[in-house]
Amino acid sequence: MDFLHRVFIWLADPAHWHGSDGIPTRLGEHLHLSLEAVAIGALIALPIGITLGHYGRFGTLAISVSNLGRALPSYGILVTAFQILGLGDAPIILALTALAIPPMVTNSYVGLREVNPDLKDAARGMGYRELAQVLRIELPLAVPLIMAGIRTSAVQVVATATLAAAIAGGGLGRYIIDGFAQQDYVKLFAGAVLVGVLALVTEGSLSLVERLLVPRGIRLQKARPASRATAFKTA
Amino acid sequence: MARRVFLDGVDPWVNWSWLSSHVPTVLADLEQHVVLTVIAVIGGLVIALPLGVAAYRWTGLRLPTLGTFGVFYTIPSLALFALLVPYTGISGVTAEIALIGYNVLILLRNVIVGLDEVPNDVLDAADGMGYRPLARLLRVELPLALPAIIAGVRVATVSTIGIVTIAWVIGLGGLGELILQGYIESFHTPLVVGSALCVALALTADLGLAVVKRLAVPWARPA
Repeated sequence: MDFLHRVFIWLADPAHWHGSDGIPTRLGEHLHLSLEAVAIGALIALPIGITLGHYGRFGTLAISVSNLGRALPSYGILVTAFQILGLGDAPIILALTALAIPPMVTNSYVGLREVNPDLKDAARGMGYRELAQVLRIELPLAVPLIMAGIRTSAVQVVATATLAAAIAGGGLGRYIIDGFAQQDYVKLFAGAVLVGVLALVTEGSLSLVERLLVPRGIRLQKARPASRATAFKTA
Repeated sequence: MARRVFLDGVDPWVNWSWLSSHVPTVLADLEQHVVLTVIAVIGGLVIALPLGVAAYRWTGLRLPTLGTFGVFYTIPSLALFALLVPYTGISGVTAEIALIGYNVLILLRNVIVGLDEVPNDVLDAADGMGYRPLARLLRVELPLALPAIIAGVRVATVSTIGIVTIAWVIGLGGLGELILQGYIESFHTPLVVGSALCVALALTADLGLAVVKRLAVPWARPA
């Protein structure tokens, strides 16, 4: 039987679709870890990036946080969090959150910074107060870049969550780490297919959300947001 | 898991006596890390430069090349290693295929953007001075695209240094080996040393490439 056929049989085997090591459970763990990290990261990163972008302060810091984030070894961060917090989801979510923050800070900063100053003047002239100006003028115009930042973070978090299995965590990376340890290439390959598909689906669906959320009025004048997001890869 | 016990019962973040007796190991891991990274970045350049020039000339190539490498780039490294292992084995080839593939996307984008941004007036002037297409590419367009290309090399280098920490999975060592040891033995020193060296290496490489850019592109210096 050829190799890919055996991988297919592994994936189709009902035994791999239930129980604590079943695909639905592992997928659920993977999504749970990723979602929580991206949500916490967004709650921290977006207010910082938006505030700095609105006032145009600490620009170098907002930009270089992405460079620094790229330099952090995700595996080292995970193991360090594990040594401090011990077994469980907490160290994984802490590490993933740390990796989720930089692209969101940088992108939301740049998004607000790039709003045409004439538009801000016009908003002031029309009697908008500062908060209304941010919420109703600046944020909608910054949506393409903010969303690109969230997508970049989310895809990287989903990718890095694969490494949770390397510190005794769950998620789909379990099959890969166990496959390597047991030299079970079928399980290894099947796990890798699942992780790859999940990463691509995350990227694809968030690109779609991004496109839907961009206000119609600015869809034509802006370059495609996908091409503007900075390359950020941590795992 | 073997937990190390010290006389005072506390595992300090850095145990200097362990470190001083393990300098050769640490240096060997550091060297391996640098070698894996350098091959990945140079390999990425070797593919991305001609491909980028081709995609710049024939715009129809952009969507398929950026799309293909975009899919490659989205796949997490651990999964990509696992997808390649049944074919290329537990080897450096497996790691480099993945790492080079990631770098091609980063560099390809920057090569195309850099070439696209060469002003049309400059191209007209070069044509008027009698440059043939190849000479114009080599002596006018590529030099002017250099800032964008070097910016891509910086991003690619720093990202690669981070991802190489996962190369221990396929037995390639590097600084990830120290982090792994820290995990397995619940021993902080190799974990801290491995992680810190990794960050230091990334920041040093980034700074070094910034200096290279300053020297290679004197006309882009702020007056």
